[in-house]
Amino acid sequence: MPTTRSSPPRAPRDPNAPRADTVVVTGICGRLGKRLARRLHRERRVIGVDRRPFLDKPKDIEHLEIDIRRKKLKDVFRGDDIAAVVHLGVMHDPRASAADHHSWNVAGFAKLLEYVAGFRIPKLVVLSSANVYGPQPDNAQFLAEEAPLLGGQNFSEIRDLIEVDMLAQSFFWKHPETETVILRPVHILGTVRNAPSNFLRLPTIPTALGFDPMVQVVHEADVVHALTLALRPGVRGIFNLAGPEPLPLSRVIRILDRPSVPVPATLGRLLLKRMWTLRLTNFPPPEIDHIRYVCMVDDSRAREVLGFRPAHSIEETVRAVDTERW
Amino acid sequence: MARFAPLARRLIGDAASRVDDWMTALLGEEFSARLARVPVALGHAGVDPFGLDPKWAKYALASAAFLHRYYFRTDVFGAEGVPSGKVLLISNHSGQVPIDGALIGAALFMDVEPPRFIRAMVEKWTQTLPFVSLLFSRVGQVVGVPENAKRLLEQGEALLVFPEGARGIAKTFDKRYQLTDFGLGFMRLAIETNTPIVPVAVIGGEEQYVSVGNLDRVAKMLRMPVFPILPQLLLPGGQLPLPTKYRIYFGEPMTFVGDPDDDDAVIEDKVWLVRATVQSMVNRGVKARKHIFW
Repeated sequence: MPTTRSSPPRAPRDPNAPRADTVVVTGICGRLGKRLARRLHRERRVIGVDRRPFLDKPKDIEHLEIDIRRKKLKDVFRGDDIAAVVHLGVMHDPRASAADHHSWNVAGFAKLLEYVAGFRIPKLVVLSSANVYGPQPDNAQFLAEEAPLLGGQNFSEIRDLIEVDMLAQSFFWKHPETETVILRPVHILGTVRNAPSNFLRLPTIPTALGFDPMVQVVHEADVVHALTLALRPGVRGIFNLAGPEPLPLSRVIRILDRPSVPVPATLGRLLLKRMWTLRLTNFPPPEIDHIRYVCMVDDSRAREVLGFRPAHSIEETVRAVDTERW
Repeated sequence: MARFAPLARRLIGDAASRVDDWMTALLGEEFSARLARVPVALGHAGVDPFGLDPKWAKYALASAAFLHRYYFRTDVFGAEGVPSGKVLLISNHSGQVPIDGALIGAALFMDVEPPRFIRAMVEKWTQTLPFVSLLFSRVGQVVGVPENAKRLLEQGEALLVFPEGARGIAKTFDKRYQLTDFGLGFMRLAIETNTPIVPVAVIGGEEQYVSVGNLDRVAKMLRMPVFPILPQLLLPGGQLPLPTKYRIYFGEPMTFVGDPDDDDAVIEDKVWLVRATVQSMVNRGVKARKHIFW
């Protein structure tokens, strides 16, 4: 493949460094992406792709400030032998429009998959989420990887995240030459700004009156560890990731020592809807199902095949939402 | 709100210790001793993966034991024949309110050695009810899906299943002690996990609430499986179940082999065998009793 186009400027590289270990990380400027970059960059060459700037970037990481929907993304793959692509660049900003979500998450990811197939990248790791199963009253206590992805049933905003998971699954079958790994972690807690961490950071935590589902949480550092495990050659497939043993939600809140207010679920839903339209909250109303019903996963496959063991205890994991920075 | 929390917690703590004393007085030291011996697989957080919390389960067991000993004065037959380790208890279902499940649980907790803590599968719609879902999960009830059942059996638990489901519990009085159709799921489960089936017959439940009919429309409106008409609810004190005498018969363990994914027709034959066994145990039990109330 001729590389006539001018490739973007890159930091000078040690010519003796092995070239076959380059990892492309999309969404590198998210909190999880930065953690992964810091974990990887000493051992492997890391190229970051994100439309946000990488402010405190370690010097040996190359960062391309581009939108993954842009054609320019192809240049990343043109120049070098890329050993692996880690896709973390999923948009889940509840306030972004549905069209934006769809074009970023689905169209952008489809483009990425096209390049992974076209350039025969040997490894693709996609970070999905256990939310794709969705909290339902009739969920099995521990959902295996084969469980149907019903998360969008009552929460249409996350359908594109399910679509991303499905796209990755079909890619897994269509392109056996690429080792595709899909990770579905439960609620990630830590410095990340996702719904469960933000929920536990509330000064007074609302709960649904008369409901106290068992919940699983995982520390962001454990997720990063799982991503590095998934990058090992030979690993492929879908893996649920869970952290320490599940606990009732009330016990999780008690670890934080914060007051909680039980609110009747129907009233809470109405209130949340009103607050959402008035932009007083950033929790979409259907999220309330997560504090009513179970959505837990069976992580035995990750334990056996991936060799994943969460290193953080439940207390450390839950308290991590209060740490400002690492 | 935060200021009252410690006060509320102390009040609850006081009340709990008073209930504890009362419980020991009523049920004797034996109850506490049995509670200490019952094997439950708990995580380090003191809760099992399904949400069972022994602190809650204690009160549930105590209430069940009270009903078992004093209210329904249950006679238990053949409980010593229930195999240890994983087992499926297949019982007839009756009485509008699932007291039969609680009493089977109490029987295996109070009347066998070593005491066992059984798990039951509950209707999915109960999970949508506030407090009910919480209570069920804390006392060890799990949602009735095959994955949960398989997991519990792999843990070596005793699992109580009412294959009649809501159809059975909501029988009208004229249909009492006539088993309705059995679901097939339990048989596939038993074959797949190679679990012995113990047929169980419960006598006395049908008379605790006399149902004269079901309002299908109201049930649909309230999203309940059934809505029974119980005239006794209008009488003073009729809200409580009538204190009938319960008799619980545990049958010989049955084992089945074959292909768990076989045609319904093949599975049905095996289910029919279990259903016929339970029905004949029920018939014998009804015939053997001298009176409904003693």
